[in-house]
Amino acid sequence: MPPALRFDHVTKTFVHHTGPLLLRERLIEMVKPSRRPRFEALKDVSFELAPGESLGLIGANGAGKSTLLNLATGLSLPDQGSITVNGRVTALLELGSGFHPDLTGAENVRVNAAMMGMTRRQVAKRFDEIVEFSGIRDFINEPLRVYSAGMAMRLAFSVATAADPGLLLIDEVLGVGDQVFFARCLERIQSFQAAGKTIVLASHSAELVTMLCQKALWLDRGRVVLQGPAAEVMAAYKGNGLNPRPDGTGL
Amino acid sequence: MERRWEGDYVFLFENLILKDFRIRYRNMSLGILWSLINPLVMMGVLTLIFGRVMPGGGDPRNQPFPVFILCGLVPFNFFVGALMTGATSILDNAGLIKRVLVPREVVPIAAVLSNCVHLLIQIALLLLLTVSFGLRPNRYWLWLPLIWALYVAFVCGLALGSSAINVYIRDTRYVLESFTTVLFWLVPIFYSFSIIPQKYADIYRVNPVAALVFAMRNILMDGTPPPMSIMVNLTIAASVAVGLGLLIFRRLKLRFYEHI
Repeated sequence: MPPALRFDHVTKTFVHHTGPLLLRERLIEMVKPSRRPRFEALKDVSFELAPGESLGLIGANGAGKSTLLNLATGLSLPDQGSITVNGRVTALLELGSGFHPDLTGAENVRVNAAMMGMTRRQVAKRFDEIVEFSGIRDFINEPLRVYSAGMAMRLAFSVATAADPGLLLIDEVLGVGDQVFFARCLERIQSFQAAGKTIVLASHSAELVTMLCQKALWLDRGRVVLQGPAAEVMAAYKGNGLNPRPDGTGL
Repeated sequence: MERRWEGDYVFLFENLILKDFRIRYRNMSLGILWSLINPLVMMGVLTLIFGRVMPGGGDPRNQPFPVFILCGLVPFNFFVGALMTGATSILDNAGLIKRVLVPREVVPIAAVLSNCVHLLIQIALLLLLTVSFGLRPNRYWLWLPLIWALYVAFVCGLALGSSAINVYIRDTRYVLESFTTVLFWLVPIFYSFSIIPQKYADIYRVNPVAALVFAMRNILMDGTPPPMSIMVNLTIAASVAVGLGLLIFRRLKLRFYEHI
């Protein structure tokens, strides 16, 4: 069986400071090419995830977790190495980034569902379920700008997970919901796992990673420190003194 | 390798166009009426000046003058509006480009197509005006969908190219603004082709915006089909713009993420 997600010696660099992107700078650059310093957001990262496996990404801020998820989503391309994906990818990177404040909740649901690749028929069939899960039926015809951050996030999570992904990528986005909704999100993620979907989850929460993932990958400044069974990696991570948030929240 | 997007393109376009359209008109008390008022005011001013002060732009063949003017204004206004929203579309939708794996080409094309909604309303107004001045609908009206389709494709091509360049060079939009100001005088909006001196005529002949204006006047006012040269012009313009636009876009989109 081919892997659901495979990173093969992936390196990704970014230019440190691009400066103003104006015509003048472009012309100067053409006449006098400068080598701006680059930094390595990911350096030689390799891993493989079989269908149905769940991987927890851990590491401090700036370790490269988000870069890894962006690459896996296909939003940017690696400088070196290759990435293989099998199946439809749904990414929960920054919930509600496709939302527009002047559109109503219902309109935003349709636009986002279409962008995630859902068909007209699928949206018609699952619309009620999406609204139901978000728990904000009373506000669904109000413009998004009157929503609280928590409400917008609930709606975004509902749409994103309705797209029936094969591979679900989650950046630490669930923090703004309340306890009740957080529990429902977990339940939905677990039902995905039960249905054999592959999940990559970036989190600061050791508890969450140990609870949801079989495997873990620990990143530090773009490099893989350790990868393997979640329990082992988490033990080493904690033992390293780089303790995650003590309250264990903050997925 | 670029990731493939699987989904319903028709449904996606429909939603993105509706989105643009709703955002544009929801916060206006007169809503969609604005798309009529603007060209009507312009038509009124130009008709007043060139109809009374300087009748018919000096040419009796330009009657009825309001129809003559709108045949020039509708294509020109669409060109400017659609090109500007198209050129800034990638940056305006930075949130999508950086966070959602939506096919990038869709964004500038949807921006152009969302301008087609009020374009259709303006064309309807123009046709109504044509009939109310006693000019009969004729079978050459059937050319209208074709010439407009070519024209919209031409603008889509320009929007693809300029939206991608605008990511890397942020003042592209100001260059375009100056360009459209110049273009206003290179499109025969309030004068006819016949008064243009021979040595400048080629500038108008190769200009696709002018070509559409001529074709509109042929069809609506003269009751003749657009000449072959105009159809050739529009076809070449559409193919070259789309081809080149896609080529530039495909090349530049690979690093949109890093530059937005």
